[in-house]
Amino acid sequence: MAVRRVAPPEQQPKEFSFTADNLAWAKKQVEKYPPGRQQSAIIPLLWRAQEQNGGWLPEAAIRHVADFLDMAHIRALEVATFYTMFLLQPCGTKAHVQVCGTTPCRLRGADAIFDVCHKRIHHDALHVSADGNFSWEEVECLGACVNAPMVLIWNDTYEDLTPESFEKILDEFAAGRKPKPGPQVDRQFSAPVGGPTTLKTVKA
Amino acid sequence: MLDDKDRIFRNLYGQGDFGLDGARKRGSWDGTKALIEKGRDGLVNEVKASGLRGRGGAGFPTGVKWSFMPKQVGDRPHYLVVNADESEPGTCKDREIMRNDPHLLVEGCLIAGAAMACHAGYIYVRGEFIRERERLQAAIDQAYDAKLIGKNNVHGWDFDLYVHHGAGAYICGEEMALLESLEGKKGQPRLKPPFPANVGLYGCPTTVNNVESIAVVPDILRRGAAWFAGIGRPNNTGTKLFCISGHVERPCTVEDAMGIPLRELIETHCGGVRGGWDNLLAVIPGGSSMPLIPAHQCGELKMDFDGCAALKSSLGTAAVIVMDKSTDIIRAMARISYFYKHESCGQCTPCREGMGWMWRMLTRMAEGRAQKKEIDMLFDVTKQIEGHTICAFGDGAAWPVQGLLRHFRPEIERRIDEYTHRAEAAAVRVAAE
Repeated sequence: MAVRRVAPPEQQPKEFSFTADNLAWAKKQVEKYPPGRQQSAIIPLLWRAQEQNGGWLPEAAIRHVADFLDMAHIRALEVATFYTMFLLQPCGTKAHVQVCGTTPCRLRGADAIFDVCHKRIHHDALHVSADGNFSWEEVECLGACVNAPMVLIWNDTYEDLTPESFEKILDEFAAGRKPKPGPQVDRQFSAPVGGPTTLKTVKA
Repeated sequence: MLDDKDRIFRNLYGQGDFGLDGARKRGSWDGTKALIEKGRDGLVNEVKASGLRGRGGAGFPTGVKWSFMPKQVGDRPHYLVVNADESEPGTCKDREIMRNDPHLLVEGCLIAGAAMACHAGYIYVRGEFIRERERLQAAIDQAYDAKLIGKNNVHGWDFDLYVHHGAGAYICGEEMALLESLEGKKGQPRLKPPFPANVGLYGCPTTVNNVESIAVVPDILRRGAAWFAGIGRPNNTGTKLFCISGHVERPCTVEDAMGIPLRELIETHCGGVRGGWDNLLAVIPGGSSMPLIPAHQCGELKMDFDGCAALKSSLGTAAVIVMDKSTDIIRAMARISYFYKHESCGQCTPCREGMGWMWRMLTRMAEGRAQKKEIDMLFDVTKQIEGHTICAFGDGAAWPVQGLLRHFRPEIERRIDEYTHRAEAAAVRVAAE
């Protein structure tokens, strides 16, 4: 179990409300569920609120979503603190790096990726770097084990990393560019390096 | 090795188009109406006859599970829920289905819906699979536009399909926790019974199936149950996606026949164990929840449900984590214990507290900073967790530790000895100074 709390008051914005686009999107989301079951939409809505707020979820947003879905605030707060993808304190503005630290990635050298994070971003997880651009955290298995080690930055995964290729990716983000997601070595998604051993007779 | 013509996932590596045109070329959505016209009993019996066992880890026969749904639809609608919350460490197969061949899943959902009288289905994708979720949604939108699913579709079975997502909780892969999460609550498993086939999503009859179980159904029905049953061994039929990670030359995800020997799997598709077969220390055959199997037993291991069970492990999700002799096996298992400590939902005391105990003891044992009697104590702790929790999470966290103690007790003892000797030498030096 992870003990997670909302950020202290001095970091919290006073107000939050969905933009017009997001509000329209949120109304569509609620329609996916039977009438009276609008609470089902809470995770997608909190996620959209986090995206709108630059990657982290302030308390005002949790209250806003709870009101939108006609839920008690505490129920929404329970959800926000239970699910670890909701980041409850501010993160780097250019990249928040989620490094997979579970055994399959560790076996393939994730330790070295953490070393880069310590060196370049901050000694501690979930602390914003001195320039405010980066932050990192250790997360549990992200489901790309055959492409280990890997990280998730915003919506994309960067796989088959070495410390060098990971540093290059951070350089790209620092320069405001978006590096190419997916495997950072020459391979097609989860196929073996050097080409698939199967499906050779199947025409694409 | 399985012949290419017997493969179900023909776009596994995204060589072709993931969309409707590509899927149609690969044979999806071909004669789906005729399949649905077999009716509920026809579909369920065909899936039963194929011997398909659930691909999510437990290996429960899919056709039998489908038959648990009420025969008549009463006041409460039936729901199909697809478990795409793939989070078991080592496992990355459903990801490939969703991003490279999502129409297999969409068509499978329609057929499964017809087989259980469901008019609505939800696919619960794990939160981290953002691009995969977008792909899946794109495929569903294509299917709606082509009137393949939805109200008044060309197949004559009204079926709405929605993508829902989580936000980083492993426990939501447990079916009852998944349903709680889908209802907008914390993902804490409910007690069974009542089983979801009676009281599931929103209190209605529900069946929860893994992505791979659903995605193989259209091919089974088109090619016939006998074809699927003819691959592999009795009781362990069909093809399976294997994810081989860790210390192999070329880790990959690959589809092969059930019952393939582990050594053949690794050497055919992954270029062998790093440093050669003799450099193997142990494998975890089915995702981190399953006990490890030491190298000396791996030669005889057949990768299917019965093959793994014969060695006191389990096929699970067929995610093979390979560890060579350079691995610090105690530290590797301590990290797995940390995973379970982090992911426990906190509802049952033995799990919430026990996970932390196991992790702390293993962390000390990895350094050797422990007493030998604590090894038995640790085993006792695992036994007090196993079977004493609402869901199977407690079992899944206790088994890998039990596997470690079963096979690597001498290594733990050696490390404790080493640490103790070092401590004595240090003590002598301090005393001398």
